[in-house]
Amino acid sequence: MTDLPDRTERKLGLVIDLDICVGCHACAVNCKEWNAGGHSGPLTDTAPYGDSPSGVWFNRIHTFEVNDPETGTGRTVHFPKSCLHCEDAPCVTVCPTGASYKREEDGIVLVNADTCIGCKLCSWACPYGAREYDETEGVMKKCTLCVDKIYNDSLPEESRVPACVSTCPVGARSFGDLGDPDSDVSRLVEARGGVALMPEQDTKPVNRYLPPRARKGPPPQEASGTSEDRAPRMLNHDSGERDGAGLIARWIDRALSN
Amino acid sequence: MIPNPFETAKETVDVAPKVADEVKTTTCYMCACRCGIRVHLKNGAVRYIEGNPDHPVNKGVLCAKGSAGIMNHYSPARLTKPLKRVGERGSGEFEEIEWDEALALATEWLGEVRARDPRKLAFFTGRDQSQSLTGWWASQYGTPNFAAHGGFCSVNMAAAGLYTLGGAFWEFGEPDWDRTRYFMLFGVAEDHDSNPIKMGLGKMRTRGDAKFVSINPVRTGYSAIADEWIGLRPGTDGLFVFALIHELLRAEKVDFAYLGRYTNSAWLVIDAPGEADDGLFARNENGDPLVWDGETGGLHPALSATSPVLAGARSLDDGRKAVPAFELIARRYLKEEHSPEAVAERVGIDAATTRRIAAELAEAAFEQEIVVDQPWTDWLGRKHDKIIGRPVSMHGMRGISAHSNGFHTCRAIHLLQALLGSVDTPGGWRYKAPFPKPIPPGPKPAGVTTAPNTPLGGMPIGNPTGPEDLIVDDAGRPLRIDKAYSWEHPLSSHGLMHMVLHNAWAGDPYPVDVLFMYMANMAWNSSMNVPATIKYLTDKNPDGSYKIPKFIYADAFNSETVAYADLVLPDTTYLERWDCISLLDRPISSAHGPGDAIRQPVCAPDRDVRPFQEVLIDLGARLQLPGFANEDGTPTYPGGYPDYIVNHQRSPGIGPLAGWRGDGEGGESFGRGDPNPDQLDRYIENGCFYAQEFPDDAQYMKPFNRAYLDYAHKLGWIPSAEPIIFQLYSEILQKFRLAAQGHGAHQPPPEHRDRVEQFFDPLPFWYAPFEEAALDGSAFPIHAITQRPMHMYHSWGSQNAWLRQITSKNRLFIHDDLADTLGVQDDDWIWVHGHIGKLRCRARRMRGTNPSTVWTWNAIGKRKGAWGLSQAAPEASDGFLLNHVISDLLPEREGGHRYSNSDPVTGQAAWYDLRVRIERCENQSAEGCEPAFEPLGDAASPPTLQYGSGVKADPRGTTGVPCREWIGNRHEYAASVDGMADGHGGDAKPKLKAAE
Repeated sequence: MTDLPDRTERKLGLVIDLDICVGCHACAVNCKEWNAGGHSGPLTDTAPYGDSPSGVWFNRIHTFEVNDPETGTGRTVHFPKSCLHCEDAPCVTVCPTGASYKREEDGIVLVNADTCIGCKLCSWACPYGAREYDETEGVMKKCTLCVDKIYNDSLPEESRVPACVSTCPVGARSFGDLGDPDSDVSRLVEARGGVALMPEQDTKPVNRYLPPRARKGPPPQEASGTSEDRAPRMLNHDSGERDGAGLIARWIDRALSN
Repeated sequence: MIPNPFETAKETVDVAPKVADEVKTTTCYMCACRCGIRVHLKNGAVRYIEGNPDHPVNKGVLCAKGSAGIMNHYSPARLTKPLKRVGERGSGEFEEIEWDEALALATEWLGEVRARDPRKLAFFTGRDQSQSLTGWWASQYGTPNFAAHGGFCSVNMAAAGLYTLGGAFWEFGEPDWDRTRYFMLFGVAEDHDSNPIKMGLGKMRTRGDAKFVSINPVRTGYSAIADEWIGLRPGTDGLFVFALIHELLRAEKVDFAYLGRYTNSAWLVIDAPGEADDGLFARNENGDPLVWDGETGGLHPALSATSPVLAGARSLDDGRKAVPAFELIARRYLKEEHSPEAVAERVGIDAATTRRIAAELAEAAFEQEIVVDQPWTDWLGRKHDKIIGRPVSMHGMRGISAHSNGFHTCRAIHLLQALLGSVDTPGGWRYKAPFPKPIPPGPKPAGVTTAPNTPLGGMPIGNPTGPEDLIVDDAGRPLRIDKAYSWEHPLSSHGLMHMVLHNAWAGDPYPVDVLFMYMANMAWNSSMNVPATIKYLTDKNPDGSYKIPKFIYADAFNSETVAYADLVLPDTTYLERWDCISLLDRPISSAHGPGDAIRQPVCAPDRDVRPFQEVLIDLGARLQLPGFANEDGTPTYPGGYPDYIVNHQRSPGIGPLAGWRGDGEGGESFGRGDPNPDQLDRYIENGCFYAQEFPDDAQYMKPFNRAYLDYAHKLGWIPSAEPIIFQLYSEILQKFRLAAQGHGAHQPPPEHRDRVEQFFDPLPFWYAPFEEAALDGSAFPIHAITQRPMHMYHSWGSQNAWLRQITSKNRLFIHDDLADTLGVQDDDWIWVHGHIGKLRCRARRMRGTNPSTVWTWNAIGKRKGAWGLSQAAPEASDGFLLNHVISDLLPEREGGHRYSNSDPVTGQAAWYDLRVRIERCENQSAEGCEPAFEPLGDAASPPTLQYGSGVKADPRGTTGVPCREWIGNRHEYAASVDGMADGHGGDAKPKLKAAE
């Protein structure tokens, strides 16, 4: 019901590295504090000091385990999730009032609080669950990609980047124009084999996730068995004795010249 | 033009509004990591806090805690006015009083005790970052009963490092993140050191040339991104490390040259069983330790020997035998009992894995050797044209420390580092200024003698070098209330804050009159055995008086402990105060160079509160303590804490801040110089910190490096420019053992002899954690440990509106296989039985945990009504502490004596020794966690919080400036990604166009 722009001048978005995210929540909380006073703020919290405290967050981190029942091995995954600023954003086209819209100049998907009627159709339409309804204000809210920060020359130069990006302690987050194949973020996505989340939903998300790198873990034969003969013996055990007496004898006359 | 009402209204976004009226820099205090922050202020309120990009600790990043600082600063749990107790302790009934009355009362209590017996003041300061002030205050007051929270935090780690390497993990050292090729992280370390570790891990993994191994019973947090997770059984890290050492020795994959030059491996150890100097170093008439010199074929002073020999018994001039320490090391760890096969079952890691890790360590250290073309000169003037790096680095913290075998385990890790020749080499673990220091650093603790109205004659906290330095009476009985530096815990370098309440209640070794505490939640999550602790605070004598007569407590927040205080001195938040993060204490230095920092008030308090340090200086003047009051009785620092920070001199020219010293012109000198009245302004102009880099030839090999040693000596960090030789074999420990064997003028009382003899082994060894050893394994078959979530670690008062939305309840995590055995499903209610009691909580299954280990997030559980939360808060009903079932005392021994549940060497609280039994509750409709305690109050939560509506930006109606892209770890990617510009984050160096 709301039109998307035919094309956007740029496709600003986030690149999130799942190889190094430790699930520390820095991105989520720094986002919360910036945006509480920002374009879509406040981000209302209910029962802030009571039962079931909950509130509006533009960025949430999900932690879960992925286990391989065959090998018994597993991995703990930290997965930060926010709006992916899709090119074919269903949250925009479903909006009955035009409140949900995608900016022509940079592709950021925003909500105009003045015309949002709180019907929540967009949150049903978004396959990523990236919309946040503010019960108190009766309007839908979402990641703004810090639209009031990234261009803002009232801030120091280093601050003109989404809050989640500059604050990330491990450096797992990057930001830029993913529509420009020559941009550094595009090079990064190319180099790391970055992926779109749930591409089968056909929403053409702009954000990219960098998959975990191969781990320098145990060799496969060790992971699947523990028998001694399968273990690599990289060390040179040239003394067969188990108490080391022979070794110590060898060292007796070994002077260390400096 | 009239808008068309049928056309969709378009939003005009003001993309560049004026956000802040002012931006001030200061230092974060949401945890202990000391990051630099920029605080954006709007309408007199805090609009936004971000990391300071120029700051050496965090370089612009900020963790979840730091980002939640706004909610800490505006927390409804903040105290607002001094309080005097009017009801019973624990009732929470107080009357508000004025500061004049509060300070007069405190002065009366403290003054009376000081005039009678200053020991009867126990002053313990919790998560204090100003110990150089608070310790000095205690010293001037005259009480030995002072310490901060290190005894229940990580003193095992700290003491093991200081007694072995002259430095320690976290505070005094860090991995060489830029160069390391193999990083081993032992145990729960999140989040010490919060942002620097995360930054380092991110850079290391992005570079892609290093392996990261996490040795930890639980696979969360940092362990989740490790290349390999070694999920061993809690408390067996030492066995695992010895097996690695066993393998490396067998394969001769140790750095013999490094060991010979830089460690005491070649020092000759007297082999004369039964004699008073058995196990001590052979020394010449000057007291210099001796080695056997291969070139000259004779004995030679160790520090000037050029070809020391590492093995072989030698005859001393008196005809007795002596062997090099290395031979003792080799003999011990080459024994079959330390082989990977022998320890596999106890550790829970198969031998093949241990052998492979050993091989990988050897490969990284010796095959991936780093050569840095940087000439340097060692202490003997020998010139080296390059620095050899063994790029293996390690880090450990609470997970190693919080076991009763933690001191020796941490020493084992340091031994491994030294055998690989990696300490302070490129790619290894490196010291942070002002470390390394002599092993151990001075001074020794003071406090054997005390007298009315008399300073202590030294600092109460220090590092003993032998039995003669203990704080005990002639009969060997403890003289400190926490029994620190007694035969029970001789090397308790951080004191035992966790034992103060018990000992004061029991009058063992004596009762106290005034308990004065700061910033530690001793009635809740900072104490073992909470139910008993509450009894210690509330128990009365037959005459109706409290067993602990007077309790003064200073804090910013209404924690569980406040309710038990007689006098409450409300502190400010960290955004309302001055502070110094001093080289005399725990500064902001990195491996690259020294630094220190300040906090400045960025907001004025809106409550009747005062910074604790300000109050302490005021009390010092009122009590007429030397150094705080002048001879005419006037205050020495009438300007309070900032006056002290600038003008106090600990020794001539050395004060709390090292930057911009020197009066008169410039004020430019670093380290030494007269007080500079403009010093704080200089810090503020520079972002509230000072940092400098070591010269290139002083960056590495610091303990042995002439250039570094001269530099450090000039700045007063070390008493002389002598080399700091690693004490792999600890003669200090042997001195205690000899005393226990009946030698010397200072011997332990009979009841402690066996214990001292056993645990003061001069070489690291492994023993089962005490609780595991004492209990019937079948009755309590499961390990139970905790960790603090990264978004709350070390975060005092983090019970704030945003962080509690992330975690406000906790579960006990149980391995699937164990849960199946117990018949437990997610969210089931379970009973957890420890040997002193039981608790009820809910379960959560997972796979990434050692199968014999359960764990939970620590300090989520809150007492009902505390922390400004309503009684309905899930923290009270669905959050729990394991503390309730952790004993503060070990089981009774012969004669009824009960030792603290702590490490026998250092007194470190053994939190992670806990053993439990678990059963599913029959009644699954249970209502809440148990034990439940009487509510402390009932603050009503507002229905909503809309922070931000009062700090909205002023529209400017401009289009702003073009945005910049940002690449996390840009510098690391620039090396591997085609066309990627180098630089940092959004600061990209101009791209060089490829020639076309």
